[in-house]
Amino acid sequence: MAITTQNPTPPTAAKHAGANVTRPGDKIFSGLSRGSGILLLVVMASIAIFLTIRAINAISKDHGNFLTTFEWNANANPPVFGIAVLAYGTIVSSIIAMAIAVPIAVGIALFISHYAPRRLASPLSYIVDLLAAVPSIIYGLWGALFLVPHLTGLNMWLDEYLGWTVVFEKEDPQGAARSIFTVGILLAIMILPIITNVSREVFRQVPRMHEEAALALGATRWETIRMSVLPFARSGIISASMLGLGRALGETMAVATVLSAAPILSVHVLDPVGGTFSQNIVAKFGEANEFGRDALIASGLVLFVITLLVNGAARAIIAKRKEYSGANA
Amino acid sequence: MSHAVADKRSAPAVPQRALAQRRLPKWAPAGMAAGAIALAVGIGIGAGLDSKLQWGLIAVLLFVLGTYTIATAVEGRRQAKDRVATSVVWASFILAALPLYSLIQTTVSKGVKILDGAFLSHSMNGVLTIGEGGGVYHAIIGTLEQVGIATAIAAPIGMLTAVYLVEYGKGRLALAVTFFVDVMTGIPSIVAGLFILSTWNLLLGFGPSGFAGAMALAILMMPVVVRSTEEMLKLVPNELREASLALGVPKWRTIVKVVIPTAIGGITTGVMLAVARIAGESAPIALLVFGNNLINNDPFNGPQASLPFYIFQQYQNGNDASYDRAWAAALVLIAFVMILNLMARGIARWKAPKTGR
Amino acid sequence: MAKRIDVSGLSAYYGGFRAIDDISMNIEPRTVTAFIGPSGCGKSTFLRTLNRMHEVTPGGRVEGKVLLDDENLYGPGVDPVSVRRTVGMVFQRPNPFPTMSVYDNVAAGLKLNGVKKKSDLDTIVEKSLRGANLWNEVKDRLNKPGSGLSGGQQQRLCIARAIAVEPQVLLMDEPCSALDPISTLAIEDLIGELKERFTIVIVTHNMQQAARVSDRTAFFNLSAVGQPGKLIEIDDTERIFSNPSVQATEDYISGRFG
Repeated sequence: MAITTQNPTPPTAAKHAGANVTRPGDKIFSGLSRGSGILLLVVMASIAIFLTIRAINAISKDHGNFLTTFEWNANANPPVFGIAVLAYGTIVSSIIAMAIAVPIAVGIALFISHYAPRRLASPLSYIVDLLAAVPSIIYGLWGALFLVPHLTGLNMWLDEYLGWTVVFEKEDPQGAARSIFTVGILLAIMILPIITNVSREVFRQVPRMHEEAALALGATRWETIRMSVLPFARSGIISASMLGLGRALGETMAVATVLSAAPILSVHVLDPVGGTFSQNIVAKFGEANEFGRDALIASGLVLFVITLLVNGAARAIIAKRKEYSGANA
Repeated sequence: MSHAVADKRSAPAVPQRALAQRRLPKWAPAGMAAGAIALAVGIGIGAGLDSKLQWGLIAVLLFVLGTYTIATAVEGRRQAKDRVATSVVWASFILAALPLYSLIQTTVSKGVKILDGAFLSHSMNGVLTIGEGGGVYHAIIGTLEQVGIATAIAAPIGMLTAVYLVEYGKGRLALAVTFFVDVMTGIPSIVAGLFILSTWNLLLGFGPSGFAGAMALAILMMPVVVRSTEEMLKLVPNELREASLALGVPKWRTIVKVVIPTAIGGITTGVMLAVARIAGESAPIALLVFGNNLINNDPFNGPQASLPFYIFQQYQNGNDASYDRAWAAALVLIAFVMILNLMARGIARWKAPKTGR
Repeated sequence: MAKRIDVSGLSAYYGGFRAIDDISMNIEPRTVTAFIGPSGCGKSTFLRTLNRMHEVTPGGRVEGKVLLDDENLYGPGVDPVSVRRTVGMVFQRPNPFPTMSVYDNVAAGLKLNGVKKKSDLDTIVEKSLRGANLWNEVKDRLNKPGSGLSGGQQQRLCIARAIAVEPQVLLMDEPCSALDPISTLAIEDLIGELKERFTIVIVTHNMQQAARVSDRTAFFNLSAVGQPGKLIEIDDTERIFSNPSVQATEDYISGRFG
C-alpha cells in the first residue's frame, strides 16, 4: 500500500524528507489508520447490502402489499405483512414530537445563551448534557408508569373540547393513554436535550458584533434576537431538529413500553392503536421464525433509509453553514 | 453635499422617541407570575380540573397574555413583544424542566425502595416473576462484558480512523469516511441490531450471545469515538507536530509520542461518553443477547442479561414486584451512566490540552 | 437636530474592575470629537457609555451622569433602547447583518421604529446611502447581501444604517482600523460631511486621522496596566497637536510614549 504523502497537516520540510524514506513504522501506522477508515465504510456498506438481501427475500414472498398492508403476519402461511401502519405511526409520532420539542428546545437554548443569569447558564447547560445521556429505556419506564396515568386527564380534556377536530377524538376517553400521541410527547421529552444542546452551541457562535449592531440601532432584546441571532442560527436550528428527528424516528424501547400496539391505521392520535417500525421489530421478534425475521429486517431497512435521508440532509445543511460562516469570519 | 440637504427636506420624517419611557416596575414579571398562578389555581378549583398539569398550562397562558396586555398598555407594542418573548423563553424552560425533573425524581424515589446489597449481588435465579426478591448481579455482569467488548472493538478502530482523518486523510476516501461517520451517528440502534442479526446469526448461524450484542454496540459506538477523537486531535497545535518532525522524528512516532499524548485527556473523555451512551442501549440486546435470568459469565456462549434489557423485561412482567425491580435497576443504570459522564468531564477538565483556552 | 453632550463624574466598571474613572467633558453639537490614547486606556469603554452599550457587556456597570441636551441618559425611567435609537453607533469591524440585503440593512432600524410604507422606506434608504457616499456603488445591487460588499463599502453601509434613523449623535469606534487607506480616506471625507448634521464622536488609534477629521481631541491615559483609564485633557485639536497643556499628551503624540 502506498503511503499517502499528500498529508495536509504539517507543511514542513521534514515531511518531504520523510516522504523519500519509507519507514516500516510509518507504513504500518498509516496503513492501520487508513484501514480503520476503510473498515468503517465497509461496515456501512455491508449494513445496507445485508439488510437489502434479507429484505428482498422477505418482500418477494409477501402475499400482502409491503407498502399498503396493515397487519403483520409474517409467520403465517402464506405470509401477509406490510408497513403502512408502522410508517404512519413512526411519522405521526415523530411529527408530534418535533412540533412540541423544537420550539421548546429553541426556547431553552435561548434561555441558556441569552436570558438566564450568567451564573446559571453553565450549570444549566451541564444538566442538559447529562439529561441527553439518560438511557432511553429509563424514559420508557417513566413514560409507561408515570406519564401514561398522568395524561388521562389531558386526554379526556382534549377529547371533550377538541374532539370535533376528529384528530383528538378518543373512542374510550377513560382508557389508558397508550397512544401515538403519548409516544409523541415522550419522544419530545427525549429529544429535547439533544436539540437544545446543538441549538445552544449555534446561538453561542453568533458573533457578538451582529448582536451589537442590532442593539446600537435601538432594538429590544427580542428584536435583537430576531434580527441577528435567529437568522444566523436558522440552518443550525434546522440541522439540530433533524438530528432530533433522526433519534425520534429510530427510538425503540421507549415506544415499545408506552404504546399499546394494534394493526389499525387511525387518524385519532389518542386511540391506543398503531405502531412504529422499531417498536414492531422488538414486539414481533420473539415469536418470529426465520422468515419472520427477514420480514422484520425488511421493515428495518425502510427505517434505515428514512433515517439516512434525514441525517444526510441535516449534515448537508451543517456543511453548507460551515462554508458560509467561514466566509464571514 | 447641498443635494443631500435638499433631499432631507423632502424626505419623510423618521419617528423620534423620547429617552424616558413609561416602564413597568422591576417586580412586574414576578407580580404577574404570582397573579397568573393564583388565578389559575382559582380557575382550577372552580372548574374542578384535577390535573395539576392543566393548572400549570392555564397559569402559563394567563401569564403570557397578561404580560402582553399590561405591557402594551403601559410600555407600547415593542416592549410588550420583548416581555412576551422573555416570558415565553422562561416558560419553555420551566415547561421542559418539569418532566425532566419528574423523571429523575421518580427514578430515584422508586429506585431506592429495594436497592440494597442483596439486590446488587443476586441474580433472578429461582425468583418468581410475581414474587419479591432477586437482583441485577447477572445483568451488571452482562452489561459490563458487552460494553467492555464493544469498547475493545470500537475504541481502537474509532481512534485510528480519527488519526487517519486528521493526520493522513485527504481526497475522496477521507471525504467519504467523514460523511459516513456523520451518517453512521444517526443509525437507529435497532438497525445496528438487525445488521448483526442478518450476518452473524442468520448468515453465519451463530446463536444469541453477549458478543453478538457487543458487535452491534460497537457499531453504535464507533462514530461517536471518531467524532470526539477527531475534535481533540484537531485541537493539538500544529507547532507541536512541526517541532517533532523537525527533530527528525518519524511521522508515526510523532503521532504516537506527541500528538496523541497531548490530546489523551479529551480522547478518554470522548470514549467514556460513548461508553455511557451504549451502556443504556437495549434494542440490539433484545435481538441478539435475549436476556437471561441466570448468571452467564461467558459472553461468547448463550443468552446473557443486560441492565437496560433487564429493566424492559421487568417492566413487561407487569406486576408491582417486577416494577420495583425495574425502578431499582433503572437507578443503578442511571447512576452508572451519570458516574461515567461525571468522570469523563472531570478528566476533560483535569487533562485539558494547554492550548490557551 | 444634533445635540450636545455633557458628561460629569462618569466611571465604568467590568464587574469589580474600574475601567474608567471620574470622567467629565462637554461635547458641542455638530462637531467631531476624537478620542485618542494608548490601548486599554478606556476610550472605547467611555464611548460605549455614551449610548448605554457598555451595560450590554456582561458585568458592565456605569456611575455618573451623561446629559444629552440636559436629559440624563442614566436617569430614572430612561429606556436604554430609546437611548441607542437616539445615539447611533458604528463599530470597529464592519458588521452588516449577514443575512440581509443592502436595502434591508439600511431599512432595519427604520422598520423597528415604525416606518412601514414602502415609498417612505425607499426614500430614506436612498437618502441614507447617498449620505454615506455609497448610493452610486450599490444602487444596482440593493437586493444583494450586504456581506458581499468590500470592507470599506460595508463600513459605509453600516454608517448608512446608523444615520437612517436620524440619530442626534453618531459614535464611531475605530471605524477605519479594519480598512485599507483608500477606504479610510472615503470614510474620513464622509465624516467631514456628516458633522453638518450630527454630533460625532470618534475613537481612533491613528493620530493623523484624529488631526485630520476632528475639531476637538480628548487624550486618555492610564497610569499602569490594571489601573483605570483617565481623561488627561480635552482641547481644540489644533492645540492638542501643537501645544498641549499636559506633558503626557505631548509625549504620546510625539511618540515618546513608553
